[in-house]
Amino acid sequence: MLNDIQTWINVAAYTGGGMAMGLGAIGAAIGEGYTAAQANAAVSRNTELSGDILKSMLVGQAIAESASIFALVIAILLLFLSVSNPSLLTAAALFGGGLCMGFGAIGSGVGSGFPAGQACKGLVRQPQVAGKLTTNMLIGSAVCQTPAIFSMVVALMLIFIDFSGAPLLPTWAALIGAGLSTGLAAIGSGFGGGLAAGASCEGVARQPETVGNVTTIMLIGQAVSQTASIFGLLISFVLMFKSYPESAALTASMCLLAAGISSGFGGIGPGIGNGMAAEGAVRWVARDVENAGGLMRTMLVGQAVSQSTAIYAMVVSLCLIFVV
Amino acid sequence: MAVEGADIIKAAAFLGAGLAMGLGAIGPGVGEGMAAAKTCEAIGKNPQEAGLLTRTMLVGQAVSESTGIYSLVIALLLLFVV
Repeated sequence: MLNDIQTWINVAAYTGGGMAMGLGAIGAAIGEGYTAAQANAAVSRNTELSGDILKSMLVGQAIAESASIFALVIAILLLFLSVSNPSLLTAAALFGGGLCMGFGAIGSGVGSGFPAGQACKGLVRQPQVAGKLTTNMLIGSAVCQTPAIFSMVVALMLIFIDFSGAPLLPTWAALIGAGLSTGLAAIGSGFGGGLAAGASCEGVARQPETVGNVTTIMLIGQAVSQTASIFGLLISFVLMFKSYPESAALTASMCLLAAGISSGFGGIGPGIGNGMAAEGAVRWVARDVENAGGLMRTMLVGQAVSQSTAIYAMVVSLCLIFVV
Repeated sequence: MAVEGADIIKAAAFLGAGLAMGLGAIGPGVGEGMAAAKTCEAIGKNPQEAGLLTRTMLVGQAVSESTGIYSLVIALLLLFVV
């Protein structure tokens, strides 16, 4: 029974599918809950606007929901997939894909909740700028979803690319590592991008005339906080597409698994930290728009320092893959 | 497949290196971001002190960075020395 490849493929696909949906449900639910809480607070301040607030809440929640819909799609694919060329490597790839999508949906789901919640709150403060607020919210939360989209891309590649020609040892570890790298690194970037977008919606509601500056700095801040997940994506691609000499030694496998773990976990902190820096800058650009240049400079310096640990993690990953 | 003791030890060292750097990078990343966020807030309230505030931020971040560097050192030790 231990040598029955189809059994192992089913085991991997079903556990991977479970992980994808289970982990993937965490983020969107929290983000949408935050949005609903802010919307309720907003309605209590001005019940006459309840229709507009409800509409804004639902639009925002729909975007936050998309992260978990990606997870649902991957989970369903894993449940009903028929594998054309079964091998034990396929099993590793399917499990890696499930992990990637599950972890990858957490950050984007939570993050997208912030701009939606702040947009609802802002609607009560400045009902006449509802259009600007909604646009800003949509841009901000769309950027928040990119880490989840990276995770979905990697998960689909792991599921559909035929790796069966490669040697099982150590490629199995590379495939699971590839899933962990993008999936975990996406948590930080999604969450961080959400912090920046939330602050920008709050800022637009406070000072609608600063919308141009606020949106620009939000986008710059979000772009920097995405880099952590781009490092994770890069390591995933290297892990998936490098060819490895066959090696029965445990060392070779653990190197590749550890490379994924390092860049994956390593991306979480800098992604959140960069988002916090962007949140601070965006919030104060809205209040003091003359000082936008100085604030942006400080934000970028702070983000660069915060980014350094993600770069250390990437260096360690690359050492694990190419040097040792 | 015969797994030897030395192989297991080396494999554990590599896995440990990945865990050390990966988990060790979370704290400094978040902490330094908080410092940068508060500096932006302070510069927003008091723009003429931007130089002093940026300096203070960088010193604070450097201290917060230290744990990330410890992780890097341990990871490199695990990779290349032990």
